[in-house]
Amino acid sequence: MHVVYPAVVSALLFSIGVYGVLARRNTILVLMSVELMLNAVNLNLVTFDMWLRDRLHSGQVLTLFVIVIAAAEVGLGLAIILALYRNRQTVDLDRLRALAEPAAPADTGGQSGATGVTGETAPRPITNDGDLPQGRTSQASRTSQASLISRPSAGSADVVTGPVRPGIVTGPANRTVDTS
Amino acid sequence: MTEAPSYLSPTGQEIVFLLLGAVAVGSALLVVTTRQLVHAALWLVVCFGALAGGYLVLTAEFVAWVQVLIYVGAIVVLLLFGIMLTRAPIGRAADLDSRNRPAAAVVATATAVVLVTVVIDGFRTAYIPLEPGGGSAKELGSSVFRNWVLPFEALSVLLLAALIGAIVLSRTDIRGR
Repeated sequence: MHVVYPAVVSALLFSIGVYGVLARRNTILVLMSVELMLNAVNLNLVTFDMWLRDRLHSGQVLTLFVIVIAAAEVGLGLAIILALYRNRQTVDLDRLRALAEPAAPADTGGQSGATGVTGETAPRPITNDGDLPQGRTSQASRTSQASLISRPSAGSADVVTGPVRPGIVTGPANRTVDTS
Repeated sequence: MTEAPSYLSPTGQEIVFLLLGAVAVGSALLVVTTRQLVHAALWLVVCFGALAGGYLVLTAEFVAWVQVLIYVGAIVVLLLFGIMLTRAPIGRAADLDSRNRPAAAVVATATAVVLVTVVIDGFRTAYIPLEPGGGSAKELGSSVFRNWVLPFEALSVLLLAALIGAIVLSRTDIRGR
């Protein structure tokens, strides 16, 4: 058999896997595409093992090792995906933007909260406090800060009405969701 | 190794391998383009089965059976469990593709073109005279337990660690700090 045939099949499988990793939104579909890429590598390993007539059978043994590592990878990946689904109620890669920069520096609070925690209502932006009197705003902010510091695990979205940054609050609120 | 026969007179093995390769590539394309999540997992079964047939043609029998057992038997079932546990939509879902799909198609096509041209240019004259026995369980087992014992044992420990990690990650009653 010509070496070109399995090598071309494996190159095509690898590019299909690249397309799937880049184009899919569902995390499980991305895992499937990663499996396609690993299989392309396996086909190459077996082919070149047969071509070179390796006495140690390195290609085939490495193929077995890659299969085992792929099994471990899928197990861990699915556990991570399930933990993600438990916390965020989505496995959509386009909506998991907690590590991204905020969109624009003008709308700091509401935008980062809305993109960081999907599935929750966006916290109230800071500009809503402009129509309150000045003294009352500072007092409300002080009480809400105090309650937030004293009981950090009970922080929910309605505790914070003052000009506390919503990015601070979404951390404990989110942690309360995932341990329940 | 030996002088390569012409491409215009393919042997029976090459014809079988090309058919299996076409099935594998076609089902892989369906995996990454189908609109139904469960169908993607089932097309993945077809792709892995065709690849196992390709290993058989390449006389790597043991790898073929391990492929069927682990990939088709374990990994696809695990992926189906993941699909069910994340309450994915059964049936057609419109939003399985991301917005950067044209860019992904461009990148994948470029990858395919570069890889295929390099591979064809590099291995045009290479030829494998296939003969049975090179990938049997006996050969491979003696190779694993003579020359590859240490990586094999390290890999078993890695698999154990990964499974314990998966258990810890998926349990909800283990609290973090």
